Formats: sequence, C-alpha cells, structure tokens
Amino acid sequence: MTEVFRLDHVSKKYKNDGKEFLALKDVSLSIEEGEVFGIIGMSGAGKSTLVRTLNRLEEVTDGTVSFYGQNLTGLNAKEIRKVRRQIAMIFQSFNLLGQRSVVSNVMQPLRIAKVPRAERKEKALEMLKVVGLEDKKHEFPARLSGGQRQRVAIARALASDPKVLLCDEATSALDPKMTGEILDLLKDINTTRKLTIVIITHEMSVVEKICDKVAIIDDGNLAEVGEVKEIFTNPKSEAAKKLVFPTNPFDPSSKDSRLIRLVFDGLAASKPIISELVEKTGKKVNILCANTKSVGGIGYGQMVVELPKDKEDQDLIIDFFKKGGLNIQEVEKA
Amino acid sequence: MSDYIIEAIKSGIFETLQMTVSASILAYIAGLPLGILLYATSKGRILSNRPVNFILGLAVNICRSLPFLILLVLLIPFTRFVTGSSIGTTASVVPLTVGAIPIVARMVESSLSEVSPGIIEAATAMGASPIYIIIHFILPEATPSLLFGAAYQKDVLWTTVTILIIMVMFIQESGNFIAKKARK
Repeated sequence: MTEVFRLDHVSKKYKNDGKEFLALKDVSLSIEEGEVFGIIGMSGAGKSTLVRTLNRLEEVTDGTVSFYGQNLTGLNAKEIRKVRRQIAMIFQSFNLLGQRSVVSNVMQPLRIAKVPRAERKEKALEMLKVVGLEDKKHEFPARLSGGQRQRVAIARALASDPKVLLCDEATSALDPKMTGEILDLLKDINTTRKLTIVIITHEMSVVEKICDKVAIIDDGNLAEVGEVKEIFTNPKSEAAKKLVFPTNPFDPSSKDSRLIRLVFDGLAASKPIISELVEKTGKKVNILCANTKSVGGIGYGQMVVELPKDKEDQDLIIDFFKKGGLNIQEVEKA
Repeated sequence: MSDYIIEAIKSGIFETLQMTVSASILAYIAGLPLGILLYATSKGRILSNRPVNFILGLAVNICRSLPFLILLVLLIPFTRFVTGSSIGTTASVVPLTVGAIPIVARMVESSLSEVSPGIIEAATAMGASPIYIIIHFILPEATPSLLFGAAYQKDVLWTTVTILIIMVMFIQESGNFIAKKARK
C-alpha cells in the first residue's frame, strides 16, 4: 500500500499572550492510498489543527509531515502551493464564493492551475454532474440549501483531480438526512474514483458509516488508531470508550451491580441471546440501552445490560455470553 | 433671475462636478491599492507585515485627522507644483484628492475585512498565491460591500457635506463676483 500522508512526532504549539498552548502532542500516524480515514475527537481536541498540518495551512512546531514521501516542512511558498493543488479540502461552512455562480465556483481551482478556459468549463460541468447539481449551474450559492452547497464544494474540490480530499467537519452544519446523502456521495467518490479521503468529525456515526480507519484525538494526543471495526468492537483507550459506548442514560440501580456492554456482529445478532440466557441459566439481566449500527458495511449490535448484584451470578452470565461468541466490556460507572 | 446669474450657476455646477468627480476618481485610483495594502499587511492577514502596516496606517491617520481647510492650505506648494496654480478648478482637485485618499483607503480596508476568513482559507488550500487570492477571491467577495461603502460610509458622507458647503460657497462667491461686475 502506498502511503499518502505520514506524520512523525508532530507537535504544534500556539503562543497566545505569552501563554503557550500545545494543540498537538507528538502525533505519529500514516494514511494510506484509497482509505477513508477518520479523525475523531471532542471539539478543541486538536483535530482541526491536525488536518491543517496535512496541507500546511498550519505549520508544525516539531516533527515532520510528508505527502507521498515528500517532506512538506522544507518546501518554499511556490512548492507548497503546487502540493496544495493535489490536496483538496471541504469545510463545515462550505466557503463558496457568494458573488460567483455555482459553475464559476467549481472552475476556481482549475483557474488557479492555469487550465484553459474552455476546458475549465467542461470539467466543471462534468463535476457538477458527479454531485448531481448540473441543473443548478447558473444559480448562486445563497439560493442553495446547505446540502447542495456542500455538493458544490465537493464538485469544486474534485475539479482539479486531487489525490486526497480533506473534509473538515463537512457534515456538521447539515441535518441528519443531508449528512447521510453527503456521506454516501463521499463513499461513492472514494470507491469509483479511488480517492483517498480524510474526514475530521466529532460524530462517531460519521466514522461508523464511511471510514475504514480511525484515529482518536484526545487533548492533542493520539489516543488510539486502527480499523474502525476493531475500535468499535474493542476500544482500548478511555477516549475511544467514551466515543464508542452508547450514552447511557441510566446509572446502575445499586452500587454492587455491574454494567457490561455486549457487541455482536451480523451473525450473532440473529440469535435471541437474552432469551437463551433466561431459559438456560434462569438468570436475568436488565437491558439499559441497545442499538444496531452499520460499521464498514457490517451490521453491529450493541447492548448495555445491568447484571444482578450477586458476584457468582455475574460471572455465570458473563461466561454464558462469552461462550455465545459475544464481545464483552465493562462499562465504568459514571 | 438675470442671465448672468443663471450662467454663473450653470458654470458653477459644472466646475463643482468637474472637481468632485475627478477628485473622486483619482482618490479611488490611489485609495483602492492603499486600502488593499492596509488590509493585506495587517496582523494575521495574508501578507502580514508589521512595519509596512504601521507606516501606512500612521500616514492615513495623520491625513484623516487634518481638517480639510488646513490640508488645503498645507498643500498649496504641492498644488502649485502639480498644476502650476493654487487656485481654480484644476488646482482644487489636488487637495480634494489628497483629502479623500485616506478615507477611501480605510473604507476599502474595512470592506475587505468583512470577507470571511473561510473563503481565504479555502483559496489558500486550493494552492492560490496571496496576490491571486486578493484579486480573484477577496475583491470579488467584497464588491457589494465596497459599492455600499462608497454610498453610505460615514466618512464619505462628511466629505460630501464638506464638499457641498464649499460648492455652495463657491457658487455664492462667483455669483457675487459676477453681480459686482455686472453693476459696473
């Protein structure tokens, strides 16, 4: 696999009124060609800074960022501009030119790359077709919905045939339906055009829906990185657990009882596991919360259950679930 | 009204228009680039340069704080150097222009500052150079604000008032002058 981005021990320090603030602390990671790579974290965790080091909109304080083996830090202004033309970016606030028509917006990166005028227009119209907005070509962005504006931004990003697409909270300003549509479009572009996509988000649902790999950023640190399936079923770091566990509205009914999280994939989900538990062991659990999600195309179910107070019962139930092939994790009490 | 007065009003209006229009055009020719420089060199902007911004800002502030009549007197030698005279329609264009340049520059600067930083970030991410970003992203986005500013900016309003007073005085004086002559 070819490496698109490689970050080695990247740190970023901001100075504000003499106070220093570490936005990124020794982050190392690698993004490979063709991947949809998610970067997730709470707001203020440093994920926006991290994605901006990839096209050097942010300079790193320490460490190196390379793009296809080329170290970005050493490049002069002209060289970095050339690199940036291969790294497209879309934003939460779309950032379209309000005074230019849709087609003219899409033509911008081609104009920067000095593509001849006739070719620019042809390419722009082709890109609008890809995002399904060819009939809006003469409209102005103000007359489009948020989802349509983001489609225009995607068309603009694709126009210059970039090698990577960076998405900075691209769906955060959209409603759930539009978010779904934009994510489907991005996934489609990833498969049909073999475009590497880096997605910054604070929503686990975005990562679950389209990402292959995910990096979890917590307070400037890289808490965990890996396959989405792996992190979803078995989160190791505190930050990952926080994101993956369904928000549990209930506290355990007494301090002796335990909460556990069961994760099962499509196959195990067809077994009536709780009924079997009751039938075979006679023990009962209290379901606090349950849902199913599609992670990387595979259906996953997860459930938070409260075990009875008795320690022996607890072990018996856990043993039963483990034999049934379920993935089990302790849920820490809030 | 006698023909003389009508004639004087006609020529007065024409001369005033000549002065204000040419002064405005010249002020924009100089003030627009100056405003762009003020904007682009200020802190955190794309061509951030503290010394340049400080010097330009200082010059603009000094010129702006001078009352117009004092500026007019101060500029007499310069006016004479440029137009060969210190009185008359052509000569008056010089102080009017000099007085309006800093006002136009600040107005342009404030209009450009309204352009969303996101647009500039997007342009930078596309690999555009700072000059390209100013010409093809910032100026087009600021166009409505620039036009609106030219029509409604307070500074411009006051300049207009000043110019109007001078215009009225000028018409009155030329009227008086012609009246005196006519009386013989």
